[in-house]
Amino acid sequence: MADFFSLNVLQTALEVGLIYALVAMALFVSFSILNIADLSTDGCFTLGCAVGAMLTIAGHPILAIFAAMAAGICSGYVTAFLQTRLGVESILAGIIVNTGLYTINLGVMGFSSNVSIFGCDTVFTLTRSLLGDSSVSRIVLLAVIALIVCVALIRFFGTTLGLSIRATGDSPDMVSASSINPKFTITVGLCLANALTALAGCLIGQYNKTCDINLGTGMVTIALASLIIGEVFAGKKGSIPRRVFCVVLGSIVYRFIIAIALRLNVSTEYFKLVSAVIVAVAIAAPKLKERVKLEKAKSAARRAHQLQQKGGSADA
Amino acid sequence: MLEVSHISKTFNAGTVNEKKAIQDLSLTLADGEFATIVGSNGAGKSTLFNAIAGTFFVDSGLITLDGVDLTFLPNHKRSSRIGHLFQDPLKGTAPHMTIEENLAVAYLRTSHKHTLFGRVNRKDREFFREKLRALDMGLEDRMKTPVGLLSGGQRQALTLLMATMVTPQLLLLDEHTAALDPVTADKVLELTKSIVSERNISCLMITHNMSQALELGTRTIMMDGGRIVLDISGQERAGMTVPQLLDQFAAKAGQKLDNDRILLSTMEELE
Repeated sequence: MADFFSLNVLQTALEVGLIYALVAMALFVSFSILNIADLSTDGCFTLGCAVGAMLTIAGHPILAIFAAMAAGICSGYVTAFLQTRLGVESILAGIIVNTGLYTINLGVMGFSSNVSIFGCDTVFTLTRSLLGDSSVSRIVLLAVIALIVCVALIRFFGTTLGLSIRATGDSPDMVSASSINPKFTITVGLCLANALTALAGCLIGQYNKTCDINLGTGMVTIALASLIIGEVFAGKKGSIPRRVFCVVLGSIVYRFIIAIALRLNVSTEYFKLVSAVIVAVAIAAPKLKERVKLEKAKSAARRAHQLQQKGGSADA
Repeated sequence: MLEVSHISKTFNAGTVNEKKAIQDLSLTLADGEFATIVGSNGAGKSTLFNAIAGTFFVDSGLITLDGVDLTFLPNHKRSSRIGHLFQDPLKGTAPHMTIEENLAVAYLRTSHKHTLFGRVNRKDREFFREKLRALDMGLEDRMKTPVGLLSGGQRQALTLLMATMVTPQLLLLDEHTAALDPVTADKVLELTKSIVSERNISCLMITHNMSQALELGTRTIMMDGGRIVLDISGQERAGMTVPQLLDQFAAKAGQKLDNDRILLSTMEELE
């Protein structure tokens, strides 16, 4: 086992898992809580990375994080505006914004498809200078960020606004009969989700020391896979704190699965297909289970009927 | 005081499916008045409620509540003044949120302490517990239970509690006990009566039960074809029997009552 998993591989999986956990948490807000499939996630992730990269190059790695989040909020606001004020279907709104973001992201990166931030100060080099060891400092920094986001989300979902957002996704009928304005709660929810997505993008840019225009492709499926793995751990009736922490766990587990695949010499080109299959199977699981149950009941009924007929003819 | 003056609402205007749901309807409900509303299917009862609650805007006319013009106020801005209960007990609550969280949504949003980042504190929790105890359904010990696990009657009682947590100026009850079993329905109705009379809430209640329509409250309104065809109270109402009410309907609406549910429940009572 020790040979199979070098410490290095485990560590990378943990680090990347903690970063991608932020995207999974973003989808937890939009998909699990608000019941909206936000397809602008891919573009928003790249947006966060691009904005973060440019500011990091300019020498402001910490400011980059907040700027990326602000950019994410703007992106989320546009998606929300399209669906709440202009009546665009929520899925379509995400796709439209995602498409538009491609050009915007290119523009942010100075119309080049790749930007390198090699040699610049990043939040990771800054923590290393504080803590000394480079791998420990990376994990500590990422764990602290994930923890802050988790606790903030849990606290937030207990406030009036947070509870209203949860009610919006859970019971549209209740919301229309109460004083909650769903346009407002959906807007806040999507801004929050996209801020987290962009934060993850910014961190991955500084982590990889590069930003690529196609970085975000397939991100929504990968994050959904992590989210679904997490929901399996949390169980159906899990409380909000449990569910939030399980999303992080799910993301890390997903990265370990990828790490195992890498060790088995699976080519990286297959990862997106594997993620897609995981998501499709996981979402289809309840329906498949139901189907199996129905088939079982059918054959049982048929057998009982046959038995009865046999019994009847014997009597006669 | 609720004042509805000359409102009209047509759905799908100009198409083959055009439906004049409400036609030039006027209604005044005094403070603390409790009126029951009866009528056939499609008489416009629920449409009237939705117009008052703000689910849609009326085509013409004016709606005011305690002097405030509600006519073009979006529904979420009316909800702090108006409680609205539906027949379907699933509609009033969020199933994946706990009892406490559901109550918190209703309470934190409508009470004086409304801030975006307000939270439930120990005092609020004690207040919720006290309110739940009054329902006498054992819910006060299940505050952390998701509402989806409760029975229809329990959910409807909870919805009633949420709608009246902060006393509304008007309560709209749209057959809110019709989907419950008889025992639970009676219980929810008793709760409704006690809350409404205790706090002197103005209340409109749609029912298909004719004797209930005459017994509950102080006034009975009959609707047909988007209009009010009968509006009785006081002496006239006190002396009215169910068969007389049915005859009145036939006379006013120019037709026999065609609502199976009303006829069935009426026949049961007459036997």
